[in-house]
Amino acid sequence: MHIHSFKSCILPSLGLMLVAAPPANADPLLDGGKLVLTNGISSIEGASGGGLASWATIAGMETDRGVGVSAHVTGIELADYGWQSHGASVGIKDRVELSYARQNFDTRKVGAALGLGEGYRFNQDIFAAKVRLVGDTVYGSPLLPQISLGVQHKRSLDAAIVKAVGAASSEGTDFTASATKLFLSKSVLVNATARLTNANQFGLLGFGGANQTDRTLQFEGSVAYMLTPRLVVGGEYRTRPSNLAIAREDDAHDLFVAWAITRNATVTAAYADVGSVATFDGQRGGLVSLQFAF
Amino acid sequence: MTFALAFALLAAQPVTEAPQEDLSGVDWEKEFGVEKKVVDPVTGELPVDPYTQDPANAGATPFTGDSMAKAFGGQDGIRKIVDRLVDLNVDDPRIADIFKNQDLVRLRRTLFEQVCFILDAGCTYTGRDMKSSHKDLGTTRADLNALVENLQQAMREAEVPFAAQNRLLAKLAPMDKDVVER
Repeated sequence: MHIHSFKSCILPSLGLMLVAAPPANADPLLDGGKLVLTNGISSIEGASGGGLASWATIAGMETDRGVGVSAHVTGIELADYGWQSHGASVGIKDRVELSYARQNFDTRKVGAALGLGEGYRFNQDIFAAKVRLVGDTVYGSPLLPQISLGVQHKRSLDAAIVKAVGAASSEGTDFTASATKLFLSKSVLVNATARLTNANQFGLLGFGGANQTDRTLQFEGSVAYMLTPRLVVGGEYRTRPSNLAIAREDDAHDLFVAWAITRNATVTAAYADVGSVATFDGQRGGLVSLQFAF
Repeated sequence: MTFALAFALLAAQPVTEAPQEDLSGVDWEKEFGVEKKVVDPVTGELPVDPYTQDPANAGATPFTGDSMAKAFGGQDGIRKIVDRLVDLNVDDPRIADIFKNQDLVRLRRTLFEQVCFILDAGCTYTGRDMKSSHKDLGTTRADLNALVENLQQAMREAEVPFAAQNRLLAKLAPMDKDVVER
């Protein structure tokens, strides 16, 4: 029949179409498919997480089929110091995170007291990578958290000064292992991170010192409660080594509220306490951080 | 896409040169071997391949006690939330395509039964398990996230307390490996 001749023509052409045509729902590189806030916020070291702690999260709003990006700027007003940091991250297929952050630490009047000059600023670059090994923060068994390994290479830009205050090196590398899980039945997110580090004041005062040169194992813990899908409150605690002979270093902690204003913009406000910094005790104050993520 | 269309037009060229014939009476579904499914006059649903009914197909152990059922407004409240969820999904440009040519009558019923069963609101789940019911839908993690957001919206509109919303999501979250295909 003629119908057969028609079919024999149209079928190969349909086949051609199937071969040549991209899938109708070809995934755009940036589909923004991640659940709001599950990318975390940018920690002070640039890696995604809480404010103080690096979490197992991967930056950006993309899922396992896309490449996401985020950028942040953070300011902290302490009793005697000012902190400003900014940076950017790439999250590849919700598997690998690459990040960069710049920290600028203003000594203000303390700078004069320390003989550095008023307003002397310590600066640091942090290049970091993180890989998600297993698990998902939201999905899967509640017994299996999202687990990631990270490396953070830090380079102080004040080598002469940090060595003068007793640091063994102006460069150092931290290694982190993080587990993050949102326990939906309780609306609670928990993160635990183990960090091998010899950084003094996150590395702003160099690495190692007379008390301890090598890396030691430190702990970062975060607990957050979801008030709405876009509003989270929580607290964090981070232990730190005290390597320098001339100045004690304390553990740090914070209380934060993070609000996803839109899918792509998150603002975080926190009360942060980093204890004693360069012999000046009681360094606590307000933190504000703004993050854009796609 | 235009590239592909050009190919298709080129390949189809000989047809226009062939003798004209009246194709209006052709049963194309028969010609291409498409199996016709007939809507059940009573339920309004299309037939599915036979399967064993088992409440375990719901994929989660139900809550006990009536607090969750109450938080969702009982069976009436659950039905409204499920209907709203389906409406949101078919109108959502991110995932609407997945629901095209699907039996939405059956989806509304089985989804209602599943949520009602899990919330211990007095239903039995008679649908298929999550892997079978999502077979060949080609769903991604992003699709699942979009659906979760729509479910959150439906629950929020029904004024289900946020903690109770999350308790239901906690029952659904472990099913991700069965409903995400690629």
